[in-house]
Amino acid sequence: MNFDWSVLISAFPDLMQGLQVTLLIAFSGLAGGIVFGVVAGVALEYGGRISNALAHVYVALIRGTPIVVQVMFIFFALPLIAGIRISSIDAAIITIIINSGAYNAEIIRGALNSVPIGIQEAGLAMGLSFPAVLAHIIAPLAFRRSLPAMGNQLVNVVKDTSIFIVIGVGELTRRGQEVMAENFRSVEIWSEVAAIYFVVISAFALGLRLLERRVRLP
Amino acid sequence: MIEFRQTTKSFGDHVVLQPTELSVKSGEVAVIIGPSGSGKSTMLRCVNALEKINGGDLLVNGISVLGSPADVRQIRRQAGMVFQQFNLFPNLTALQNVMFGSIRVKKYSKSEAQEVAETLLGKVGLFERKNHYPSQLSGGQQQRVAIARALAVQPRLMLFDEPTSALDPELRQEVMKVMQTLATEGMTMMVVTHEMHFARQVGSRLIFMEDGRVIHDGEPAALLSSPPSERFHNFLRHVQ
Ligand SMILES: Nc1ncnc2c1ncn2[C@@H]1O[C@H](COP(=O)(O)OP(=O)(O)OP(=O)(O)O)[C@@H](O)[C@H]1O
Ligand SMILES: [Mg+2]
Repeated sequence: MNFDWSVLISAFPDLMQGLQVTLLIAFSGLAGGIVFGVVAGVALEYGGRISNALAHVYVALIRGTPIVVQVMFIFFALPLIAGIRISSIDAAIITIIINSGAYNAEIIRGALNSVPIGIQEAGLAMGLSFPAVLAHIIAPLAFRRSLPAMGNQLVNVVKDTSIFIVIGVGELTRRGQEVMAENFRSVEIWSEVAAIYFVVISAFALGLRLLERRVRLP
Repeated sequence: MIEFRQTTKSFGDHVVLQPTELSVKSGEVAVIIGPSGSGKSTMLRCVNALEKINGGDLLVNGISVLGSPADVRQIRRQAGMVFQQFNLFPNLTALQNVMFGSIRVKKYSKSEAQEVAETLLGKVGLFERKNHYPSQLSGGQQQRVAIARALAVQPRLMLFDEPTSALDPELRQEVMKVMQTLATEGMTMMVVTHEMHFARQVGSRLIFMEDGRVIHDGEPAALLSSPPSERFHNFLRHVQ
């Protein structure tokens, strides 16, 4: 077969629109997932009985079900249960936040746990409250410790956005499929879609690696 | 300044500190010795409520360790602690480690905190190393930074838990010297250590513990030159 380069150019604007949606979902997922992950991770590591149990249930439920099922549930089932309408893009954003939050929670719990007790006691022994020790002593060290695993997880968030094709969100993968349905150039289109993902994800991974290097301790 | 009143501490059913009466007065340097597991660290950690006592009471400058969280923080501000493992903040330089308490606890401005920290680092002989991270310092230097860090909160007493045990013998002296200076300046101190010459030269009290009890409590030179019990005598032979 012959590879038609001009298809790449004509499809590019459509795919860029898809990429915008992909990035919107991904960045919402990153930011919201970090917030959920920190809250649940702190609850797992330091929470009382109830908050700890809630966090455990949350993490177990999310990690024990496929993300496709989660988004189907939120998009199709939740509106029936709660009697609300929810757009597909909102369903995607909610799903990615809840999903990545659960994975982040385990990473953050581990990172908090890795900070030596003695270092925490050094802060307490100065007369700081535990929340102050958590904010000023534990958090900076746990942040560094969590970076490699968090980096992997955050890259997964970008990749996971492609599954939202199942509820028809116009993200990059979906746009690729639409373009292909018009011109039947599957080799060109899927090569181009793959290349775009690759560039975005590589740039993202590189950024994370630079951040890791920047905060590395001597 | 520190008053143990029938203080007890146990972990589960294991009684680690039997009912203890003890008081340390302002300006005293109380050196605590005893075999491993006798409860020395626990006793020290009860003073700043890193361990919660189970019975009796314990007062530091008249404040009970059983008081409110604010009382406990007040006690901890007045009682600096130096740990066997230094426990410096690895993400901060020596200077930043010492500034930490001034800023976070004393609420000093950055420039005030830096001034205090530089003076203290000078005092422990590490002014030139102020921009080094803990991992770039020797154990003895790290421990001196840790002492400066504790002093930055302007405590009225200092607790030392085997401050030289993690150090090579040739590095112990530099830490001991700093502690000796502090003692000469009138700092109230409780020091758990196996350094007998420190006990003899710097200590104003020597406390021998065994099985969670204070067995002997007296003038260091007197106790060391004529051990009042067989167990104490054996213990001394062991550490010297
Ligand atoms: N967090 C804890 N939980 C349970 N038991 C503990 C705990 N901390 C200390 N203990 C026990 O309490 C006893 C006294 O311990 P402590 O650390 O006070 O002894 P020590 O005199 O400081 O000994 P060393 O010279 O080895 O430092 C030991 O039997 C120890 O196992
Ligand atoms: Mg000990």
